[in-house]
Amino acid sequence: MAETRKNDRSPVQKPRLITPEHTVSSVTDKISSIVLKRKVGKGWIFGLLLSFAGLGMLTMAVAYLLFRGVGIWGLNQPVGWGFAIINFVWWIGIGHAGTLISAVLLLLRQEWRTSINRFAEAMTLFAVSCAGLFPLLHLGRPNKFYYLFPYPNTLGVWPQFRSPLVWDVFAVSTYAIVSLLFWYIGLIPDMATLRDRAKNRIGQFFYGILAMGWRGSARHWFRYETAYLLLAGLATPLVISVHSIVGLDFAASIIPGWHATIFPPYFVAGAIFAGFAMVLTLSIPLRKFYGLEDFITIKHLDNMAKIVLATGLLVAYGYMMECFSAWYSGNPYEQFMMANRMKGPYAPFYWALILCNAIIPQLFWMKRCRTNPAILFAVSIVVGIGMWLERFIIVVTSLHRDFLPSSWGMYWGSPWDWMTFIGTLGLFFSLLFLFIRFLPMISIFEMQVLVEDSREDGHKNEHP
Amino acid sequence: MSTPNTTAGEDLWGLVAEFETPEALVAAAKKTRETGFQRYDAYSPFPIEGLHHAMDFYRNRLPMIVLFGGILGGLAGFFLQYYVSVISYPLNIGGKPLNSWPAFIPVTFELTILGAALSAVFGMLALNGLPMPYHPLFNVERFRLASRDRFYLCIEARDQQFEAGRTRTFLESLKPFGVYEVER
Repeated sequence: MAETRKNDRSPVQKPRLITPEHTVSSVTDKISSIVLKRKVGKGWIFGLLLSFAGLGMLTMAVAYLLFRGVGIWGLNQPVGWGFAIINFVWWIGIGHAGTLISAVLLLLRQEWRTSINRFAEAMTLFAVSCAGLFPLLHLGRPNKFYYLFPYPNTLGVWPQFRSPLVWDVFAVSTYAIVSLLFWYIGLIPDMATLRDRAKNRIGQFFYGILAMGWRGSARHWFRYETAYLLLAGLATPLVISVHSIVGLDFAASIIPGWHATIFPPYFVAGAIFAGFAMVLTLSIPLRKFYGLEDFITIKHLDNMAKIVLATGLLVAYGYMMECFSAWYSGNPYEQFMMANRMKGPYAPFYWALILCNAIIPQLFWMKRCRTNPAILFAVSIVVGIGMWLERFIIVVTSLHRDFLPSSWGMYWGSPWDWMTFIGTLGLFFSLLFLFIRFLPMISIFEMQVLVEDSREDGHKNEHP
Repeated sequence: MSTPNTTAGEDLWGLVAEFETPEALVAAAKKTRETGFQRYDAYSPFPIEGLHHAMDFYRNRLPMIVLFGGILGGLAGFFLQYYVSVISYPLNIGGKPLNSWPAFIPVTFELTILGAALSAVFGMLALNGLPMPYHPLFNVERFRLASRDRFYLCIEARDQQFEAGRTRTFLESLKPFGVYEVER
C-alpha cells in the first residue's frame, strides 16, 4: 500500500488530510486513548441504553414471531413480500459503502479513506448482521435455516441453483465472511498497538489474543500488505455482485415494476448512495464528540458529499429509466403500475422519495453545503429515509394492485413489522456503540503511514 | 537452536537495536545485510517502503496461494451445482437444461471470491507463523514501542556470524538509540 501510494507523487501539493502538527506518536496516542484512557461518558451510556432498548424491542418482536409465526406480519395476498425484503435490501445497501471505502478507494489510491475506513467497515459488518436477520426470520421455519445451504442430507433434497434467492444465500454469506476477514486483518496491527499500550491485565490479555502475536516484522508487513491489497481486489467485484444479485431477486421475476434489466446496476448505485449517506450520518457526530476533527477533516466530508451527489444522480437516472421502460415497453400492466406509483394511494411516498433522493442531494453542487456539517448531517438523514422509501415503493407498489382488481389491497406493515425494523436500528447502534468503546475506530497504522507520507512530502517541498 | 560461539550463554536469543526514524532503520537493515548477516529482521509500527528491498527479501508465495484458492473455490462451486442439479437431484425448472450453466455463474463467482479471500487471510497468517502468542522479543521492555513510534533491528543468536561482543559493536556502529539483549 505504502509503496503504491508513493509511486505517483505529483509535484503539486496535495490537500492536507491531517493537521500538520501531528506526528506518528501523537496519532497513535490520540486514537488509542479513546479506547484505553477515556472515561466512560454520559453520552455514550445514554446512547448505548437507547440502542439497547431498541435491541430489546427487536428481541420481543422476534420472540413473538418465533412463537406465532410470520402471520403476525402484515403480509397477505397480494403483498406477500413486505418489510422483510425492504429492510433486507436497505440494510445490505448501507453496508456496501464500507466495503467501497475500504476496498475500492484503496485500489484507487484515495488517501482520504484512511481515517474513515475502519468504522465504515464496522458499519458494513453490523448492517449485514441486521440485513441477514430478515430473510432468516421470513423463512417461516427459521430453525430449519440450514436447508438453504447445500449439505448432504437424509431427505435427498438440494437447493435449486437456478433461483436468484439461492444465489443470495451465497452472495450474502460470502460478503459477510469477506467483510469480517477484511476488517479483522486491518485490526491486527492496531490490536498489537493496544496490547502494548494497555495498562491493565484484562486489556493486555484481550488485545493480546486478538493481535495474535503481531510484532511488526518487516517480512510480516510485506506479506500483510500483499494480502490486504489482494483482499481489496477481491472485495471490489464482490460488493458489486452482491447487490446485483439482490437486484436480480426482483428482476428475475415477471412482476411489472420488478422485471427490468436496469435493476442490478441501479441497485448497486442506490446501495453506495445510501451507504455513503450512512457514513456521513455516523462520522459527523463521531468526529464532534470524540474530537476527531483533525483526522476526519472537512475535506473528507466534502469528498463523501461528492460521492453522494454522483451516486444520487445515477439513482435519479434509474428512476427516469423505470418510467421510460414502462412507457416504451407498450405493456399495459407496466404502464398501469407506473401510473399507480405516481398517482395511486402510495403517490405521496413516491414523490417523497423523489424529493429525498433526487432533488435534495442536488444541494451538494454547492461547496457551501458540502462543507457545512449541519447541512451534510441533515441531508444524509434525508437520503437514508429516501432510500428506505424507495425500497418500500419498489416492493409494495409493484404488488398491491396486481393483474386482478378483485384482489387489490393495501399494505402498511403490522406493529410487529415496525418493531422489528426499529429494533434492527437498535441492534445496529448497540454494536456500533460497543465498537467505538472497545476497538480503535480509526486505523492507527494507516494513519501513521499517512503522517509519515505527509512529513516526507513537506520535507521535499522544503528542499526541492 | 543455539550456536556454540555465543558468549552470553544459552539464554541469549539475539541483540536488538532501537532506531528513531524509518530512514535509520532502512539504512541499518541494508548495512546488516551487506555485512553478511542472514538471521535478522526489522520491526516497525507501520509498513515502510523499501525496507524489504534493503533486506533483500522478495520471496512471496501469497499471490500463488490466493490464485489457487480462488481456482479451487470456483471449480468446487461449479461442480457442486453440477452434481446437485444434474446427477443427484435433477429437477425440470421451466424446461431449462439440467446443466443450465449460465444460472450457475453467480454462485461459482461467489465461491471463487470466498476461496481466494480465505486463502489470502489464512495464507498470510500461516506464512507469517501467526498466531504466535509468545516471542522472545516481547521480553525486551522497550520493544513495546515497536507498535508506536520506534523502529527495531534484531540480529538473532542463531546466525552463523553472531558473536555477542562483536555483534553488539556492529549494532552500535549503526548509531542506534540503544542496543538491548533479547532473552530467550
